[in-house]
Amino acid sequence: MTERPPALPAGPAGTQTAGAQGKSPALTSRHMSDASRARLKKRYAAEARFRFYGVAAITLALAMLVLLIGSIAWRGAGALVETWVSFDVYVDPAVVSADDPANPQTNYRKLVYEGFYQQFTPALSRSDQRVAGSLISSGADRFLRNMVVSDPALIGTTVRLRTPAGDDIDQMRKGRIDRSLPQAERKITDRQLALYDQLVADGDIGLGFNSVLFTSTDSNEPELAGIFGALIGSLMTLGVCLVCAVPVGVAAAIYLEEFAPKNRITDFIEVNINNLAAVPSIVFGLLGLTVFLQFFGLPRSAPLVGGLVLALMTLPTVIIASRAAIKSVPPSIRDAALGLGASRLQAVFHHVLPLAMPGMLTGSIIGMAHALGETAPLLMVGMVAFITSVPSSLTDAATILPVQIYLWADRPERMFIERTSAAIMVLLLFLVVMNSAAILLRKKFERRW
Amino acid sequence: MINLRIPASPAADDTVAAGQNVKFAARDVNVHYGNKHAIRGIDIDILENEVVAFIGPSGCGKSTFLRCLNRMNDTLDGCKVSGDIRLDGEDIYSPSVDVVHLRARVGMVFQKPNPFPKSIYDNVAYGPRIHGLCASQDELDATVERSLRGAGLWNEVKDRLADPGNGLSGGQQQRLCIARAIAVEPEVILMDEPCSALDPIATGLVEQLIDELRRRYTIVIVTHNMQQAARVSQKTAFFHLGDLAEFGETEAIFTNPRDERTQGYITGRYG
Repeated sequence: MTERPPALPAGPAGTQTAGAQGKSPALTSRHMSDASRARLKKRYAAEARFRFYGVAAITLALAMLVLLIGSIAWRGAGALVETWVSFDVYVDPAVVSADDPANPQTNYRKLVYEGFYQQFTPALSRSDQRVAGSLISSGADRFLRNMVVSDPALIGTTVRLRTPAGDDIDQMRKGRIDRSLPQAERKITDRQLALYDQLVADGDIGLGFNSVLFTSTDSNEPELAGIFGALIGSLMTLGVCLVCAVPVGVAAAIYLEEFAPKNRITDFIEVNINNLAAVPSIVFGLLGLTVFLQFFGLPRSAPLVGGLVLALMTLPTVIIASRAAIKSVPPSIRDAALGLGASRLQAVFHHVLPLAMPGMLTGSIIGMAHALGETAPLLMVGMVAFITSVPSSLTDAATILPVQIYLWADRPERMFIERTSAAIMVLLLFLVVMNSAAILLRKKFERRW
Repeated sequence: MINLRIPASPAADDTVAAGQNVKFAARDVNVHYGNKHAIRGIDIDILENEVVAFIGPSGCGKSTFLRCLNRMNDTLDGCKVSGDIRLDGEDIYSPSVDVVHLRARVGMVFQKPNPFPKSIYDNVAYGPRIHGLCASQDELDATVERSLRGAGLWNEVKDRLADPGNGLSGGQQQRLCIARAIAVEPEVILMDEPCSALDPIATGLVEQLIDELRRRYTIVIVTHNMQQAARVSQKTAFFHLGDLAEFGETEAIFTNPRDERTQGYITGRYG
């Protein structure tokens, strides 16, 4: 790291003495003396020290990152698989009408449990049936319903139903419950354990990919809760934010940078934009609550309102990034265009914007990524609600990924802890994708020849 | 105006014709940058098909005055121009004058070569395109070729018109900028130290070009190089601290300056 030129042969020492007797003794000794060498050494030492600090800082940062991602992945990996129970169910034509299998009155629940009890030999007593019922998810009838509705030919036949196990059984299967503990200290009773062992022995229970997590919405039953609704809500909210914040921010930046006169008013605006970027996000939430919900009467919990609030929050970031990008375009390009008789607008749109594009894109995408992870302002406009349906329009009640994470993190069930980490992984994946897109787009547009 | 359209003839007379038109007439021009009085009461007449050189020490206001002639100073905040500047008898600072139109008539070449980050072709074609000068693609191609020939660059770039303009050498870039300026067919070309970033060979080419361009265009050139002023111009204006110290035939200025400030500058006593 510290390279020094090789020591010269004894020659210079000779010249040094000769010089000392010559007319300028001070000059030759100035850079050849021991004191000078010591100064040089000190300089190299300072550089080496600084490099060490740099490497140490990066190592520390990387370690933190690895710790963060590692701990989330460690805890969330379990949620990628789920315990599934398979058993035969007779789809009784007396219960399910062939004309209208989707009828909400249809008692699929009865069919599921009747089928499930048949699994066990000898036949279960009435009290055992209640215990056995707790082994499968209380939402198992939904799976049968979906199966039959999508294929009504199944009515009157016996089908093999695959349904998630109850959350305690899932934890048992994943080895998170210690069966050696006395019954009073574990979440599963001895009786449940016996029936579980019987299922294991028959090979009717096993781990499989957790498709529920990615296809369903929030639920009180952890084995039925998924992030799909929140994901759609996030995309809708982000879409509204993008459509509102980017055009307004870019237009504002162009006007302020290229057209606005420099006077007190524009100075005042500039200071305020910079201030807005530093305002805590919850304040934007309160603003959204007052303006959008109370004044304009927009619906609560809607992606439309969430997106507008996030747009307000992202706007200063987009403006500041776009202004910086426009400022970095060399003025000679503007002069060249104006000198040829281009109007101000032509100079901006033909020459300045293409050069400023990569910077503006990066700024906008980073602003969006920031908005994607934002929680606080959305709590204020009601996006914290428990939503069990996928939003189908911008005014439907919805929740978003970070809020879903926040809600699940509050739940006591062990299975929700896994799902929280899994949802965080999905959110991080989204952020990585967005930031990579920012880098790729910048590279693509940055051919400034 | 009319003789602009006459193609350059090699036999054109180099001396100032008796009946030459006044292209630019400036009277009592003052420029203020905020509190700074950059230009003080300048009167000057620039004749058609003439090369006028502005010389003077740094900060004397010659570039500022040059930029008044096509109102490029409008883009600077806090810059105020007063007085009367007329192009063909029309006040260019009157509210009825469209600055875009003015700059189409008065082109400009800057100190640092500043081609657009586009192809050579697009650089030259940009002016005609925005002003809608060419009706067809063929006409545009012809204009680009004529302009590049006019700037003495055609033979060097004709095979790579799609290459980036920034990829040329400094001297070529500056000639590209000149080609870009003449593609709009302005009446006057303003040059702000066009050779200050070029080596002697490229400078020689540009100077030769200026001499040819003068048959068609009126040229005002700012330069720090007094030999260059002597070589390319017919008239020279010497600026000093915002004043127009002396203006006259180039030969007279360099051989027999009347103003002692001019004398001091051209003999190298200061500046």
